[in-house]
Amino acid sequence: MHFLLLFSRQGRLRLQKWFTPTPEREKKKIIRDMTAMVLARKPKTCNFLHWMDLKVVYKRYASLFFCLAIDDQENELLALEILHRYVELLDKYFGNVCELDIIFNFEKAYFILDEFLIGGEVQETSKQTVARCIERLSSLRNSCRRLRL
Amino acid sequence: MALKIVKGSIDRMFDKNLQDLVRGIRNHKEDEAKYISTCIDEIKQELKQDNIAVKANAVCKLTYLQMLGYDVSWAAFNIVEVMSSSKFTYKRIGYLAASQCFHESTDVIMLTTNQIRKDLSSPNQYDTGVALTGLSCFVTPDLARDLANDIMTLMSHTKPYIRKKAVLIMYKVFLKYPESLRPAFPRLKEKLEDPDPGVQSAAVNVICELARRNPKNYLSLAPLFFKLMTSSTNNWVLIKIIKLFGALTPLEPRLCHSTSQMSFLFFLSPWLSPSSLSTSNSTSAMSLLYECVNTVIAVRVFVVVVKYLGLLAMSKILKTHPKSVQSHKDLILQCLDDKDESIRLRALDLLYGMVSKKNLMEIVKKLMLHVDKAEGTTYRDELLTKIIDICSQSNYQYITNFEWYISILVELTRLEGTRHGHLIASQMLDVAIRVKAIREFAVAQMATLLDNAHLLTGNTQRNGICEVLYAAAWICGEFSEHLENPMQTLEAMLRPKVATLPGHIQAVYVQNAAKLFATVLRSQEGNTDRTAAQETSQLMIDRLPLFVQSANLEVQERASCILQLVKYIQKLQQKDVEVAEEVNALFAGELNPVAPKAQKKVPVPEGLDLDAWINEPPSESESEDEKPRTMFTREETKHSRPRHTEVDEKELAKRREVRKQEQASNPFYIKSSPSSQKEAPGVDHIPVVQIDLSVPLKVPGLPMSDQYVKLEEERRQKDRADKKKKEKKKRKEKGGRRGKRDSGPESEEDITPAHMVDIVTEEMPPTAICRSVSLVPPLNSPPCVPSTCQKSSKHKKKKQKKEKEEKDKKKKKKHHHHRHHSDGAGEESVQNGTVEEEEEPLPTISDAPTCSLASPPPFRQVCDIQGNLQDGSQVVVSLIFENKCDSFLKAMEFNVLDSLNSRLQRPDGAGPHDGLTVPFQLPPGVSNEARFVFTVKSIVMPQKLKGTLAFIVKNEDSSTHEKLDFKLHFTCTSYLITTPCYSDAFAKLLESGDLKASSVKLEGVVMPFPHLLARICFHHHFSVVERIDSCASMYSRSIQGHHVCLLVKTADQTVSIDAKCDEPSLLSNVLDEIKLTFSQC
Repeated sequence: MHFLLLFSRQGRLRLQKWFTPTPEREKKKIIRDMTAMVLARKPKTCNFLHWMDLKVVYKRYASLFFCLAIDDQENELLALEILHRYVELLDKYFGNVCELDIIFNFEKAYFILDEFLIGGEVQETSKQTVARCIERLSSLRNSCRRLRL
Repeated sequence: MALKIVKGSIDRMFDKNLQDLVRGIRNHKEDEAKYISTCIDEIKQELKQDNIAVKANAVCKLTYLQMLGYDVSWAAFNIVEVMSSSKFTYKRIGYLAASQCFHESTDVIMLTTNQIRKDLSSPNQYDTGVALTGLSCFVTPDLARDLANDIMTLMSHTKPYIRKKAVLIMYKVFLKYPESLRPAFPRLKEKLEDPDPGVQSAAVNVICELARRNPKNYLSLAPLFFKLMTSSTNNWVLIKIIKLFGALTPLEPRLCHSTSQMSFLFFLSPWLSPSSLSTSNSTSAMSLLYECVNTVIAVRVFVVVVKYLGLLAMSKILKTHPKSVQSHKDLILQCLDDKDESIRLRALDLLYGMVSKKNLMEIVKKLMLHVDKAEGTTYRDELLTKIIDICSQSNYQYITNFEWYISILVELTRLEGTRHGHLIASQMLDVAIRVKAIREFAVAQMATLLDNAHLLTGNTQRNGICEVLYAAAWICGEFSEHLENPMQTLEAMLRPKVATLPGHIQAVYVQNAAKLFATVLRSQEGNTDRTAAQETSQLMIDRLPLFVQSANLEVQERASCILQLVKYIQKLQQKDVEVAEEVNALFAGELNPVAPKAQKKVPVPEGLDLDAWINEPPSESESEDEKPRTMFTREETKHSRPRHTEVDEKELAKRREVRKQEQASNPFYIKSSPSSQKEAPGVDHIPVVQIDLSVPLKVPGLPMSDQYVKLEEERRQKDRADKKKKEKKKRKEKGGRRGKRDSGPESEEDITPAHMVDIVTEEMPPTAICRSVSLVPPLNSPPCVPSTCQKSSKHKKKKQKKEKEEKDKKKKKKHHHHRHHSDGAGEESVQNGTVEEEEEPLPTISDAPTCSLASPPPFRQVCDIQGNLQDGSQVVVSLIFENKCDSFLKAMEFNVLDSLNSRLQRPDGAGPHDGLTVPFQLPPGVSNEARFVFTVKSIVMPQKLKGTLAFIVKNEDSSTHEKLDFKLHFTCTSYLITTPCYSDAFAKLLESGDLKASSVKLEGVVMPFPHLLARICFHHHFSVVERIDSCASMYSRSIQGHHVCLLVKTADQTVSIDAKCDEPSLLSNVLDEIKLTFSQC
């Protein structure tokens, strides 16, 4: 996996995760290309695109597009599954997650992602285990939070 | 000190936190940049403070701004500061910021080495975890080198949480610092058998990735992985292992069979039921593969995704087993209708490999339909090239009727804005040159094209297509003897408009006008009237000066040369000299295709030294930029044209005779078949469609190619009939020796092509001049205007109409249903749900029947949720939208994020995340009602659905797209339906003992008892069964038929409600809601 982008239907970036170090300028270009490309797709078209030498797997959940770039040799279906798994995790944490949850708690969305993926590889395939980790981490956070952040 | 801390925290109360920042940005849509720059100034101030909490907050905000595209590299040092905080919360924010903002060239990374090492060895596993996570994003070769050992140690950490992360980070370290691999590998291998499945899968992951880069070194692990594969049940791990085997198989063929089998199974496993998995295990890999593709396309579970992958898989199978894919032609053709471009392109790729003589016409016909329909030039261009590729592949192997192909090409010229004019042109040239029999037809078509050239060039955007005129002009000129009305074509070629064409096309026009001129002269001189010929010369003299002035050198040169020639001819004509023969001699001789490498095969004559200089080279070498050889035909039009002006007919005949003899004795020549004798009559039989010139191209266009399909079918049928006759004869002869013969579809070999192509390949003799053209004339003369096409379109229209009618009916039905439903509900009390607003930080739950949505209200939304009596799982939400602002609201799209329990019912064919368009627009001050149906699985729990209403606010001068987030609160009450109940039935119900009891006490209710009852009836959809003094029994029913019975008693400000219901959780939720109602009053 190379990067994961979340953006809204209006093309506003909501979350970005780069698993390979990328220069800032290139990031911007990629984000621009991705949003333009994915948003141009009509509904009910298939979830895969080819871009440069990467495969782009995207899926729309409510108003958010989840977009994951993978190597040519990686499995598209697995990538879809990863996206879905991430959404499930978000859903579990926020409870009926929506775009606003991610906008206002973007750092939490990152923390959840970090427990699930690391360095572009799936870290933990068990949903329960990830959820438990996140739970434990956030309780840890609360206990040492005395004032509002 | 303590005071300082207190002061700091009080200051912070007034700081912006991340949520404030986000909200601020959302509220400053117009001047976002300005707002953010003030925010950045604030953040800079915050970063200067000593308080780490303030810094962390600032860094967190910076991370958000970074995502919005603002440069925050200036704060790198502050990020490091926050990373080194001792508190986990802050440390985590620091690492998050670092992983988002740092990259390899960030210099402060150097400073972090020690901090990271400290965190890695922290006793707190979460500190370690956070450091590892961060490291995975910004590891540099230096960091990898310095920390490799620490991470390696962590691979044996006591906590699986850390082991897992460490193993995965190790991969990144290997990439940055490959030397670390050797010492770490044994430990990594150990992790394959780690007791924790997470660590195990991490190790599999890493080794799989490593093996993909260098499979050779990992072959020894194959048995271990095989064991893992058979024992593991984790699909994610299995897929990785399969991939690993995929990398290993090229090195170890023994693995191949099992891998291919397994991989395809796993590839499909999410969509196949477990039973099919186990059964197909025993069958051979190939049939399984085939079976799987069948399933993929037939099952259509997960339609688009699987379709795409299925097509992809098919294209792989096609390479090895073309026959098996061909039987799915129809399915693949269907895929061309798909909305999705990715799928269509894949299907196109597949079609290329599947065409045969038998299905070519059909496939191309289908593709042509798509060309007409296609939107977007890129896809259309792709279609065009594919059509040409498909037809021309392996030397037109699959084309049986070239007239059909020419008409396809002509049809393609109608494409607007295509870039592939040159492609069509080269095909036209190629076919016209190589298929002699087609020339007459081709010339007729090309003449039409030239005549209608204005259609092609009318628009400057259609430049690409005028390349076709290049081919058309050349073909008309070169084969002008076939022209029916050469004079007309000549005039068409000399129109002033031609001067707007690109130079190289003009050049061809001029040259070929000369050829035409020669032909015209010949025909006119045959007549007694000489004036006609002179008029033709005059026409040339009149028109050519236009080209002499051309800016293009070649046009100019050719034009002036020809102009002078014509002037000379005119002089001769005035002296009554017959010139036609001589003029024709200018262009005499026939052009023949030559293999691209034929020149090589010509032996160098004795005594000729090709390497010797003829002249000494000039001191300065002239750099001549050679034009790339595009294709031989084009080359020839420009230069190498053998002109035998001095050779008379006798001489020619003699030479021909000699050559034939030579060829006859040469085994490498393709002998002219006897059928070539019939060539002349054969040509006469070619159906030349009468072209109505008064109507532009379109009329001769579309129906033509269709007609060939039909023709072809007839021809084949006749062929078959002939064969059958023969067979019958044979059978008669042979008596009953042979049993029944299957009269199935004809095999590939049965199809005899109508025309043959001259196949010029390297195998051809170098001077391939005489070619055998066997021409099988079409058996039937074509019908003048094929009626199939029109019929079908009519039929289509009818169908569409029908569909529309059906739709309308459906709509009406729906309406009816609704009305019926609302009628039913109208008698009962109004049932309410709530809509809740989410723009403000704390969503307030209110049970008031109405609630306005947005705080600066462009909008008021009133919501009413009611259960559907007919269907226990449906809830109808009526929303009244009221426009409270001064702008026009339109394009409202209502969308709700479905939960597991409840789903918004969307029209057929809509995706699960599509919004529903609200079927009206709202002028200022107007309100309207829309209904949305939800499917609810379980009604025992209340639930909230988040949704968004997107709409466009249209002012006089501008329009903005706005969005409103809201929550729909489905209370349990909204699932209750007021149902009257008689007291005896009520008593029976209570006695039955099926109901579970529960009770609730409400304190401090000051309202008269009747009011209280009315309130319960109104808000919670109950009806009073019986009332005695300060005691009443009430009843209601849920949409799924649960009975809810209440016994309400009141005694000085205390209301006790005893309730019974057959669903305890529903009951308790309803009671809670009742409680809430009274606590608010």
